[in-house]
Order: sequence, then C-alpha cells, then structure tokens
Amino acid sequence: MTTHDFTFCDTAMRALPSGALYLPDHDTLCISDLHLGKSERMARRGGALLPPYENRDTLERLDQDLNTLNPARVICLGDSFDDDEAELNMPEDIRLWIVRMIAGRNWIWITGNHDPGPVSIGGTYLAEVEVAGLTFRHIAQTEANAEISGHYHPKFRINGAGPARAAFVYDDTRLILPAYGTFTGGLNAASAPLRGLFSGTPIAVLTGKRAIAVPVT
Amino acid sequence: MSHLPAKFEDWFKKRGWSVHPHQADMLAHADEPALMLIAPTGGGKTLAGFLPTLAELADGEHEGLHTLYISPLKALAADIRRNLTKPVEDMDLPIRIEDRTGDTSATRKKRQRADPPHILLTTPESLALLTSYEDAPRMFAGLQRVIVDEIHALAESKRGDQLMLALSRLETMAPGLRRVGLSATVEDPAALAAQLARSDQTCRILHADPGPAPDISMLRTDTPPPWAGGGGRYAIPEVLDMVKAHKTTLIFHNTRAQAEIFFHHLWLANDDSLPIGIHHGSLSRDQREAVEAAMVRGDLRAIVCTGSLDLGIDWGDVDLVIQVGAPKNVKRLIQRIGRANHRYNAPSKALLVPANRFEVVECLAALEAARDNDLDGDPRGPGPLDVLCQHILIRACAGPFDETELMQEVRSVGAYAGLSRAQFDDCLDFVATGGYALRAYDTWQRLMKRPDGLWQLRDPRAATQIRMNIGTIQDTDTLKVRMRGAGKPLGEVEEGFASTLTRGDTFLIGGRIVRYEGLKELVVEVSRSSSQTPKVATFNGTKFATSTQLSQRILRYLQRGDWSDLPAHTADWLDLQRSASTMPEPGSLLVESFPHDGREHACFYGFAGRNAQQTLGLLLTRRMEEAGLDPLGFVATDYATLIWGLEPLRDPAPLLASEGLRDGLDAWLAGNAVMKRTFRAAATIAGLIQRNSTQARKTGKQATFSSDILYDTLAKYDPDHLMMRITRDEAMRGLVDFGRIEDMLTRTKGRIVFRRLDRITPLAAPLILEVGKVPVQGSGRERIAEREAERLMKEAGLA
Repeated sequence: MTTHDFTFCDTAMRALPSGALYLPDHDTLCISDLHLGKSERMARRGGALLPPYENRDTLERLDQDLNTLNPARVICLGDSFDDDEAELNMPEDIRLWIVRMIAGRNWIWITGNHDPGPVSIGGTYLAEVEVAGLTFRHIAQTEANAEISGHYHPKFRINGAGPARAAFVYDDTRLILPAYGTFTGGLNAASAPLRGLFSGTPIAVLTGKRAIAVPVT
Repeated sequence: MSHLPAKFEDWFKKRGWSVHPHQADMLAHADEPALMLIAPTGGGKTLAGFLPTLAELADGEHEGLHTLYISPLKALAADIRRNLTKPVEDMDLPIRIEDRTGDTSATRKKRQRADPPHILLTTPESLALLTSYEDAPRMFAGLQRVIVDEIHALAESKRGDQLMLALSRLETMAPGLRRVGLSATVEDPAALAAQLARSDQTCRILHADPGPAPDISMLRTDTPPPWAGGGGRYAIPEVLDMVKAHKTTLIFHNTRAQAEIFFHHLWLANDDSLPIGIHHGSLSRDQREAVEAAMVRGDLRAIVCTGSLDLGIDWGDVDLVIQVGAPKNVKRLIQRIGRANHRYNAPSKALLVPANRFEVVECLAALEAARDNDLDGDPRGPGPLDVLCQHILIRACAGPFDETELMQEVRSVGAYAGLSRAQFDDCLDFVATGGYALRAYDTWQRLMKRPDGLWQLRDPRAATQIRMNIGTIQDTDTLKVRMRGAGKPLGEVEEGFASTLTRGDTFLIGGRIVRYEGLKELVVEVSRSSSQTPKVATFNGTKFATSTQLSQRILRYLQRGDWSDLPAHTADWLDLQRSASTMPEPGSLLVESFPHDGREHACFYGFAGRNAQQTLGLLLTRRMEEAGLDPLGFVATDYATLIWGLEPLRDPAPLLASEGLRDGLDAWLAGNAVMKRTFRAAATIAGLIQRNSTQARKTGKQATFSSDILYDTLAKYDPDHLMMRITRDEAMRGLVDFGRIEDMLTRTKGRIVFRRLDRITPLAAPLILEVGKVPVQGSGRERIAEREAERLMKEAGLA
C-alpha cells in the first residue's frame, strides 16, 4: 500500500504519495498550491529565466491522479496560478489541457493569495467551500475546526532518510496539504508558524515513493 | 625604465635597504605587456610589483587611474594600502592610493568612480562590478598597469577566470595596458603566465631567489595520536611548549571546525595565559580585524587559523608555523611555511602535527616531497562557460554591445582562446532567452537585439539585480550568530547546522561555548554557557584533497614494510592492520567489510586519488543498489572509498566486474548528489539562480525553491540545455574518465583480497570521520524512512 489512509473529523481520508488528498466517500480529490505559470511570472517581472516546464510537469502528475481515481469533484485549494495574469497568459496547449481535466467534473477553484481574481478557464470560483461538514479554504484560520487548507507548503524530514519531503500535516481539527506544483519550496512542519497552528502531536504524512506517516515532534 | 629616480635611491639608503635583484628586474622589464614574478612569501614581492608604478607616477604628471591592484582578499587590499602609503609619504610623492572592496562605503565608491585615485586596490569581484557601470570607459581610460597579487591562488578557481575576462574589458577601454602577476612558488609557472597574458602575447617570467631551504619537521609528542579523527588535541602540551619557545606562532588547521575545537582546548590548557587568538573566515569582521590588529602590534604569541591567513598579509615577526593535520598538498604546505620568518635570508621554521596515525604517514610523505621540492597541482581546463554567461550579463549592464566584438574580446583571454562561435552563441542565447528547447513565450527575454544589431538589457532596471549577483564564490547559506541582547555578531554558521539546533544546545564559535536560544529574523541568538561538551558548528569551508602525487608517495611508503623511521605508535598501528586484516598492496585490490555503529560498511583501497575513488563510489553504490545491499552513502579519500548501507557485503567480485560497468551509469549519475551540487554552483554563477534579490532581502523570506527541482525538471524535459551540459562537463572533470577505473579493475581482476571482519579496521577508522560524504538516495533510504516512521508512531502511541 502506497497511500496513507486515516480518519479526519469522522471522514475517511486517503493521502496520496503525489501530495493529493482523496475523500473516497465523497468521490472528491483535493490538491493545493499548483502555482501554474510561475516561471512565466518570474520572466515577466524581470527575474530569472526559469525552465518553462513546470506547467507540463504539474499537470502530468495531476492527470495521473485523475486517471487513477476519476473523481466527480475536484477542489483546488488556492494559489492554483502564480498570479491572475499568469492564468490569462497560459499558453493554449496548457489551457486546453486544463479544460479537458475540468470537463465532466465539479471543479472548484478556491481563491488564494496569489490568485485572488476569478478564473476565465471554467469551473466554479469560490472563497471557500463546505463538503461533508469540512471547510476547504486556502489559509488556515486560527479558531477553525474541521478545516482543510493549503498555503504553507509544509515539508518534513525523517532523520537519516535524506532531505525533507513535501508533507500533509494534521491533528484532530485541522489538515494542511502540501504544495502540489512542481516549482514550489516548502516550510518545515516543525517550524513555529506551522507548528503553532496545531495542538498535541500532529502527524506529518511525507510524500514521495509512498506516503509515510510520522509524528511531528 | 631601468633605474629608480634619485628620491627612491635615497629612501632605500636611508632605511639601510638595497633593491633586491628581482625588484631591479621588474623595473628593467616594466614596459613588457605581461610580466610575472615568482617569489617566496616575504620576498618583497608586492613592492617589486609597485616600484615601476611609483617611479612612473613620481613626476606628478599622470592624471586619473594609473595602476589597478587586484588581490584575492579584502584584508590584503587594505593591508597593502597601509604598507604602500608609508614610502609614498616618506618620499613625499604626489600619489593618491585608495582601496575599494565590498567593505568600502557607498559614498566613497561613488566618488572613486567620478574621481579615481592614481592607484586603486581592489578584488576581482569589485573590479567586475566596476566594469558593469556605463561610465567605466571614462574611469579606466588612462589605465597603465594592472597588478594581480597572489595570482597562484586566484588562478586555481573561477575567480581567476572572471578576473581575466574583466581584464579583457579593461584592455578595450585602455589599449596597451600592461599586466603584472605576482605569485608564490608554483609547479607550472608557464601555465600561470599563459592565463595572465593576452592570448596573442607572451609573458616574461622572472624568478626571485627562493631563499634558504625551510627547516621543517614533525612534532614529536609523548601521547600518541589517535587512530582516527582530526584536530590534534593530543599534541596540545607540546604545541604550548613550542609557542612559549618562540616569539610568534601561526597554528594552521585544515578546517574551521577543527580550528575552533583546538583553540578551545588550547585555552583550557593555557595555564600561563599566553595571549593566543583565533582567525577564520566564519568569524565576524570585527573579530577578525581585532585579531589582525593585535597581531600587527605584536600583542599575540600565537594565532590559531585556517586558510584565511594563507595569503601574503604581513604579520610581522612570525618565527614558527605549525600545521595541524596532514597538509594534503605539498604546494600549500610550502606556501604556508613561507609565512614564518619574513626576514628574507633566514630559513622558515615549521612543524607538522599529524592528527591521527594515518596522517603520520601522510606527513612523512609530504616532508619527503617538500624536501624534493616536488610540487603538485592539476592543470586547469578551458575557461568555464558559466563564468562567461555572467560576464555577458555584466557586459550588458554597461550598455549595448556587439556580439562579435564581445566574442573576440573574450577569445583574447588565455583560457577562452579556444572558444568556438557555437559555444559563445549558446551562452549568449542562454543569457538572452534562457536557452530552452521549448520557445513558447516572448516574455523569456533578458536581452534583446536592437534594430542596429546591438544587444541590450530588455529592462535596464535588471542591471541592479545582476550587479547584486556578481561573483563566482560559492557560499553555502549561512546565518549570523549573535549574543542575545548584545548587538555585535560573533560570526556565522551554516544554515543546515542551525536547523539541527534545539533550544539549550551548546556549540563552539569564536573560541567560546554558547547556548542556542532561538532564531530571530534569520539571526541565531545565543547566550553564554559553561557547558564542557559543546557540539561543533559546521562552517562552510573547503575540503582539501590530497594530491594524486602525494597519495602515490603514501602507498609507496606503506609498501616498504619497514617502518623504522615512523614513531613506534604508528608502526604498531600499521602492524595491527597487518595482523587484523591486510596491508594494501599493488597489483591487488583490498576490500574490507565490517559492521560499525549499527551500519554495514565496505572499504575499497584503490589508492587512485580522490577523484577516481569518488567515481568508484558512484559505480559501486549503483551495483550495490541493484544487488539489494541498500547502500546509504559513501565517502572517498585519496586512498580508499568507504560505503555504508543496510546489508553486509559478502562477495565484492560481482561489484567489481569490469563488464557492463557503464550500463545505466548515466541515469544513476544524473540522480546523484554530486551532479546536483555541481548544477547548483554553475546555475548560480550563470545567473539562473539568484543568490541575492532585493525582494528576498526586504522580506527575509525564503522565496526560492530548491535548485534540485530545477535540475530534475531540466533532466526530464531539456536534458541538453546549456546548464546541463556545463554540469556534466564539470562533474566529469571532477571525477575521472572511466577508462582509468576500468584499467584498475582489469588489472586487479581475480586478485581481489577480501576480508570480512567483525569490527572496523585500523586503516578504515580514519575514514569514518572524513567530511564530504555523498548520500545515496535509493531503497535503503526508503527502508530507513519507513522503519523510523513506524518506530516514532509507536513511540507516540499513534500506531
């Protein structure tokens, strides 16, 4: 078994090694922080000329998850595009690719700090959404309960097992997804801003070859 | 120019000095387009370089910049300014001398560009920055001479390549510019001269009298050195005795961490409270300057130091140099010894302190080589393309340029003389558009070609960003360390080390033990601590590899079998290796396999030099991964490769079969940490990754993602991209052609001497503490991750 299955707020969850979250009872796939168009935004703003391949790489991995699970509903937890202009500047082949993915699905774009504006590409555009009593939003709120969010790009490492990997982090009330996009960095799950959001000993689920659960101590 | 103005003769006479023959030589040949002086440390080398300049400027007729002096160290530029100001003031010469480094204030720098001094002292990076300004041609128009000091140190790295490219720019702005190189003793002066001179000119080489042979020996101690480990703590009583018996002693260490530990223990044993200081590159500028000043005043009896004191700063009366740890490289040893005794005619005195028993052998081999004056070194390859990419960016900052003119200018640099048009175009394309196979968007444009055919920055504001990232020195990310509440920083540590600290941990920095309190705005906050067992901070610092020549000497030494000239403890240790396992021999390959510290280890004694042993490590771990031995990592030294993993090695023969060695190797190499490390360096220099960005500084936030992601992406979608080609070329140059490994395996085929042992062997012990370990990301790591996660989940009562 390569996934990590667990129950969060009475709902069955499956953390996939790719960094996507699947809710089998609700046929819902959730991913966060795709940051599509990142290299285009950097180039546009006079920064480094990064390799223009991150859209392709991100979508290829997403395609695999969609093909395997064929979910009826997909929730993108915000920062799907590196900025609003990056969404508009998306090359035609990438745009069509996304349109194909959306077709026949209830596709929800949650707004993030990078992409506050509505998207032109199809799907529903929302500030947050509720499914099975769980709230899906981009940035975790301090007093929230039964909340699933992204934004922080959590990562975690196991001693002796190489560098940190993108990771899910959860406790009884809150679940934060890793960044799914190819050109994304990460924040250590044990560092103050992230650790402070959780109580007790949260669990990190490392992504990679298989999902590995480990307590954040 | 063959003689000195009378003023100078008087000045020399007044001080009871005479002009050294090599100083007179330099005057006699002052008109040559390129000139190089080889002189031992303390031979009046710098004055020899400046005498022609002072003589030419003595009449006060030259306006503007006359001589540019380049040194590898900021401190050296400041030191030379002080030393040069003295004779200029004494003789009342109408000469203005100023230095310009990263430490110079912004207002002063601005003024220097508008009204340059006659002599400007600077570093390669500051010079590259100067050439990036649009007003550079005005500033350098009247330039007559460039003096490159300690050129042997610069020429070994990409800093030298960047400097020579900058000189090619200066030559265009100031035609007829004369170049002068000042070097310590090197193995191949002609190669160095070819790097300095324009590719269509020759360079005259002048030699100073090398002076008397150094008095150099190994320190004898009552306590034998340990089997493994570095630092030389066991020798502290004898070292203190030596410090007492001399006026001023420099105690060199190979790494900053070792210098810190040694200094700490030296003070614990320093019952007479002798004034002893510490100096290394990770200490704060204030601390370093305080030590330097105390040294010049003669207040210190000893300084514990690293390579930061290698170069020619004038420290006054050093009469003993102690080298702790094997010198690894005979050339560096000779140059360090030169630090002792600045009186030209007295022999330098030096002592070697081996840190462990293997190093006793290494030290003896180095002593032999030094006596034979058998200097080592590896020839440099052609000019690196990542440095050229940065050069094109710098050129673009200075204003529009013609591509063919720039290419010809670049080809005038010795190292780039063989640059092909296609190579140049690749670099230009990379700088202009990123050079990707996929060309979808016109936003990928840093440079644009104007209707008149000249190239310019698409957005002139990008120049600020480019200027902030000039340089080729690869620093690992470091964090400043500061006492809580107090303002002054103590120094810096590697970010990776800082991330392992939890509150209450203690570590050594600047010779004191501090307690980690927390991280505040990217500064490590510490408090005083009385702990006795601190952790050792890791500082970025170079790892020295023993030269191939020296490791061959070591193998010859081991084969003697007669170790009567070794101290008894080391001879005993070698005898123990012989009885516990086997002594490595030529014509066969010794392989040991043993458990140690909870992991399986296998050690391959090839004595092939570090590069070849490193390549061997990559080859063997691939086969071990296939064989299910789950290797976790390896470390290569000049004489052996040590691999650790989860499963014991029971039969090395299939691993070492020479057939099919290359199969699948490319894929294995591509995923290796060595390649990723090389990529990171090249991509940073070429401007694909920006170390310094205005925004990152403002927010202090880690805005970037790992360079490994860029590497993986290119490997997958654009494997022939320029950065990937540069990476492969450099990694291959750093490794060794597979032919040599295959030769070694063919030669020893069927003659593998295999020993399966129940514990670590005497000869393998020193390897455990080697730095430069290469992790292997394979199924072994997966297994550890799963096992460890399971254990932690159980421990937390969660599974």
